Amino acid sequence: MNGFSLRRLAALLRKEWIQVRRDPMTLRMIIALPIMQLFLFGYAINGNPKHLPTGLLLAEPSKYERTIVTALQNTGYYDVKLFSSEAEAERAIATGGALFVINFPANFDRSVDRGETPSVLVDADGTDPTAIGSATAALSAVVSGLNRDLPPIRQAQPAQQPFQFVVHARYNPEQLTVLNVVPGLICIVLTMSTLVITALSITRERERGTMENLIAMPVRPIEIMLAKIVPYIFIGYVQVVLILAISAVVFGLPIRGSLTLLMLTLGLFIASNLALGLTFSVVSTNQMQAQQLAQFTLLPSFLLSGFTFPFQGMPVWAQWIGELLPMTHSIRIVRSLLLKGNGFAAIAPELWPIALVTVASIAMAVWFYRETLD
Amino acid sequence: MNDLTIDVRSLRKSFGTRRVVDGLTLQVERGEICGFLGANGSGKTTTIRLLCGLLVPDGGEGTCLGLDIRRDAAQIRRQTGYMTQKFSYYEDLTVRENLDLVAGVYEMDDGAAAVDDIIARMGLASYETQLAGHLSGGWKQRLALAACVLHRPKLLLLDEPTAGVDAKARREFWDLIHDLAGEGLTVLVSTHYMDEAERCNRIVYLAEGRIVVQGSSDEVVQRAALVIFETMGEGIDDAARRIRRMPGVEAAAVFGHALRVAGGDRVALQKAVDAFPTFEWREAEPRLEDVFIHQLAYGETTP
Repeated sequence: MNGFSLRRLAALLRKEWIQVRRDPMTLRMIIALPIMQLFLFGYAINGNPKHLPTGLLLAEPSKYERTIVTALQNTGYYDVKLFSSEAEAERAIATGGALFVINFPANFDRSVDRGETPSVLVDADGTDPTAIGSATAALSAVVSGLNRDLPPIRQAQPAQQPFQFVVHARYNPEQLTVLNVVPGLICIVLTMSTLVITALSITRERERGTMENLIAMPVRPIEIMLAKIVPYIFIGYVQVVLILAISAVVFGLPIRGSLTLLMLTLGLFIASNLALGLTFSVVSTNQMQAQQLAQFTLLPSFLLSGFTFPFQGMPVWAQWIGELLPMTHSIRIVRSLLLKGNGFAAIAPELWPIALVTVASIAMAVWFYRETLD
Repeated sequence: MNDLTIDVRSLRKSFGTRRVVDGLTLQVERGEICGFLGANGSGKTTTIRLLCGLLVPDGGEGTCLGLDIRRDAAQIRRQTGYMTQKFSYYEDLTVRENLDLVAGVYEMDDGAAAVDDIIARMGLASYETQLAGHLSGGWKQRLALAACVLHRPKLLLLDEPTAGVDAKARREFWDLIHDLAGEGLTVLVSTHYMDEAERCNRIVYLAEGRIVVQGSSDEVVQRAALVIFETMGEGIDDAARRIRRMPGVEAAAVFGHALRVAGGDRVALQKAVDAFPTFEWREAEPRLEDVFIHQLAYGETTP
């Protein structure tokens, strides 16, 4: 048996494709699942994350600034770090390094002393409204906290606020939760359909007894696996287009970044799911086991990827687990491309973990695959 | 230059602590139809899987089609057609789609023509657009046979190909097997049916992973040296039940109106039938089926 053969692969692909087409249940799932989820998850999911990375921009040294920053820290929501330039702040908020940038204007102290109620601009990363919602709400308490530090003459007029925060939600100014959910949902739906279906693919052959025949024929493991993967890459793309179309039309989802780049990176994400699914299928002896392994991956992907709960709201150990999941990185990529309009440079750091999982999974699948019935 | 298609020595295979194939030595000549007989669990399926490289033997060596069964398993598979016991083609593909898949996987240059040929030859023409899952048992077997000879193998391994198929379909199936053998194909077929065993050039009887007896149908019957007494009349069912417990009687069974009693020891058997003087006993020729039942009951005794 010589190495890889395109002819054999083509024959296997034709077979897989016919089987996919003849399975009405799977077809219905492929279409119905994203639509159902889109509308189910389109509604608010609450979270109350703390210690959000926050950048501080000072136009000049200020005597009130320290009190305000301490008060912000004391709310528990803000971890404040001084930024040296607007460019640095801009980069941080674009890449997710900071969720907030607090900008003290020039002449802040003088304006407070004169009772002019100056504005402190708070730039917030609005891509995940639930992540910043509670933190934004806590700002008003910080304002009144400054009263103690004011000169006596100003303390006599407590009715007047010493200054005010002006929150500017970037990327998602209307604070629509659905805009946060849709990017995540693309990844969730892709995982649910592709991971589960491929996890069942090889075990199904084994349970139906067709595997014995398949390995009695001159096929290479890599040919069988590619034949199982390729139809679902296509199906994955159909789902992506479906979700994007509904989201754009019904929920007004903006597509600010490059659509081509989005499609390319999603291809990698789909491949990672399929590879993982195949590995599960190869190591399982029946469909039940494969299904359970898939669930075992789906649950953390739901909970720890930043989809259901804001990533910053999780304890560090959970964040570490989250970092291992392709879903976490993929959600960041999709949010970054769709809502922030970022380019390749901003998403590059999220790509290699997905690629790593994909390559490791395929290696494992080929390693565990047996060409005999032993 | 020998003309042995299968030539294996001392094959062994265990699953866990159970020895399924235990020192099996087998030679099958080119163009021969070799029948594999034996009780369930006697190692027929495992032997067939060892021969086509689906299982790796724990011990033993040999060749199939002149190729080493360990080193050249992949090449053996290319030239072998293997029909599994359970239908193992795709039930959600049509007859033609299943055959197209096989032609593609074997990279046949004349794939489409070969599929047309085999459909015509196996009489599958009126079923070619039906889903394999909708075929009846007999037609499924025929599709499976078509699929495993499509790539023109030199060796055909059939694992109980006619289990659960009606007599007419079985007969037609065996006619096809004889046609194929006539073209030089070597066939190894396992079966539980006596009439099928009688259509083989050679019978190999397995028990507990070892060959107990082999030879042509006549040779096997002769070598078993069974003595058979037969009688007819009222009350044979009751007599069968009682005579079965007598010493020297290895099997007693009613066929229609006749009671057949078999044993290896003539003196003891004569004594047993003499205990039923109301019946008129006469000696009969042993048949393959008698030998088979005798082997099933006394599998451990070697001839």
